[in-house]
Amino acid sequence: MERFTSVQGRAIPLPVPDIDTDVITPIKRVMQGGDALTRYAFESLRYTPDGALNPDCPLNQEVYRDAPILLAGANFACGSSRETAVWAVRGLGIRCIIAPSFGDIFFDSCFENGLLPVALPQIELDALADEAAAGEFSVDLERCEVTTPSGRTIAFAVHPLQREALLGGRDSIELTLGREPEISEFQRRDRELRPWVYELAGDT
Amino acid sequence: MTARTLVEKIWDEHVVADLSGGLDLLHVDRHLVHDLSGPPSLGMLAARGLAVRNPELTFAMPDHTVSTAVGRTDADTNAGRLLVPALRERTHAEGIRLFDLDDVEQGIVHVVGPELGLTLPGVTVLCGDSHTCTHGGLGALGWGIGSSDLTHVLATQTIVQRRPKQMRVTCSGSLAAGVEPKDLVLQLIGEHGADGASGFAVEYAGSAIASMPVEGRMTLCNLTMEFGAKIGIVAPDEATFDYVAGRRYAPTGAHWDQALAAWRELSSDEDAAFDREIEIDASAVSPQITWGTSPAHTMALDGKIPDPGQARDPAARLARSKALEYMGLSAGEQLLGLPVQHVFLGSCANSRLSDLQRAAQVVRGRHVAQGVRAWVVPGSQSVRREAEALGLDRIFTAAGFEWREPGCSMCLAVNDEVVPAGERCVSTSNRNFVGRQGPGARTHLAGVATAAAAAIEGHIADPRPLARVA
Repeated sequence: MERFTSVQGRAIPLPVPDIDTDVITPIKRVMQGGDALTRYAFESLRYTPDGALNPDCPLNQEVYRDAPILLAGANFACGSSRETAVWAVRGLGIRCIIAPSFGDIFFDSCFENGLLPVALPQIELDALADEAAAGEFSVDLERCEVTTPSGRTIAFAVHPLQREALLGGRDSIELTLGREPEISEFQRRDRELRPWVYELAGDT
Repeated sequence: MTARTLVEKIWDEHVVADLSGGLDLLHVDRHLVHDLSGPPSLGMLAARGLAVRNPELTFAMPDHTVSTAVGRTDADTNAGRLLVPALRERTHAEGIRLFDLDDVEQGIVHVVGPELGLTLPGVTVLCGDSHTCTHGGLGALGWGIGSSDLTHVLATQTIVQRRPKQMRVTCSGSLAAGVEPKDLVLQLIGEHGADGASGFAVEYAGSAIASMPVEGRMTLCNLTMEFGAKIGIVAPDEATFDYVAGRRYAPTGAHWDQALAAWRELSSDEDAAFDREIEIDASAVSPQITWGTSPAHTMALDGKIPDPGQARDPAARLARSKALEYMGLSAGEQLLGLPVQHVFLGSCANSRLSDLQRAAQVVRGRHVAQGVRAWVVPGSQSVRREAEALGLDRIFTAAGFEWREPGCSMCLAVNDEVVPAGERCVSTSNRNFVGRQGPGARTHLAGVATAAAAAIEGHIADPRPLARVA
């Protein structure tokens, strides 16, 4: 997994609430494979119904080309568990999403893909969006700070373990495989307490 | 010991390791795998040189990508052609029990898990599908995960999870005749927003829940995802135990007695602290229907579309205007009388026997309106068989409905079963997102009676004058 220490660049303001994972990766595009995920990411926002690029969508605007930060609306990436939504956002070159709140499943999946989700209050998001046209932001995971074009810094919180994993570029499977003795011991004890969970009727 | 909520009790019982700061490594008792998210993660697992740690606790079935046409094969859909054979091959290689397309128990994971007794009170159930919260209807702790976490569960039979905040929704009174659990939960989401429970686990309690049949509780928990919470749960009670008893994989003999004793302890302590409490008078809930592109865009069936100007902030106002534009509707309009071209009775929200019975009460002796394509997609082969034994299939087919094979079908339309662009569908599923039922499709979410009434009338209609008790 790609490490995340800090990113610097433009931040794309997309203050639409409840952008769901079907909008981020429509199921038809999920099944197309190849670069369809990224090319059609946010399809209904980035394209007009006749298939042309929508110039009003900030994701299409030249000033935000290759911008690594997304300033999103509340409940960003709610809906389906499809991790393709994370992959599509990464495919657009985005490394950090700042939003008032996230779909819970998407939020957790970000950490497994080198993408940093940052939750900040709506009022803070509005202030960040006001500066979006002014220049570059930076997001520093070592210091847990966002710096705006005007030099303002905003602190954010991230779970220490998830921060460490992102900084080290390690996903949670690697970390958990090291705990195999604890898992075995849990199952040994639990099997005595709740045998019905392990010894299923049915096929046997 | 300090007082704990139901969720906290089940959670604590599954902690393999405390990872500090509110993160825990939890044991996964049941892992359900389906054709859309399963094969990619089984592939990732193999690519890392790992094997499934506990195949005997893992159960697979194709549901998302399969055709629901009678006489189907897995070659019938573009996605199924790839994914169903892949699921078959990978589960066989890993020793995972597969309920294949021709199995007498095939169906939607969230319908089949409970009906086979795989889902039990107090167990953790994970699946690469956001509606895994459905299993909370039996007092199980279920939630959906992405591909990486799915691979993690396959490899380790555990999951790394942040302890959620605790919310209780107390539903007093009882639902009026003709009002469904779906209406209750849609109204809840409408009032508190699609992110109203973001970061929480939600326990439903109160007299309306105590008197609600187990299948209705599953509908309620299913829609909890659309309320922003990964987990919805109802404390198991005698109705739950009756539901579970005798099911194929449910405990028997001494194990049953032991399990039952443990399950009777599964409720929130009287003085347990919740981070948030919401109270609803269930008696005041009325039939709901959505007008927009979020499940929170809901209104009373006989109401008028709200003015986007009333939304909480400028961004929400804009989103609501865009939703109306997509749906081809205007503020102030009534939905009653609006013509529809499709009716979909199915999905993990509402495709169980009691749902089909409720719809049949509206449909019996009547006929689907001209110009409406109306489908019944039972949630599982078992539901299909039971419904046929009761003659429900004949009620639907005589009325002009298609009686189809089990699967997710038009809920997410990954199996080529879509609503064409610009056409309108009343759907008993759980998502009305832009393009969800097909590019440009216009979805109105509703309960089963409302969907059935729309099929009969050819437009959005109040089912209550049509409903007759069998």
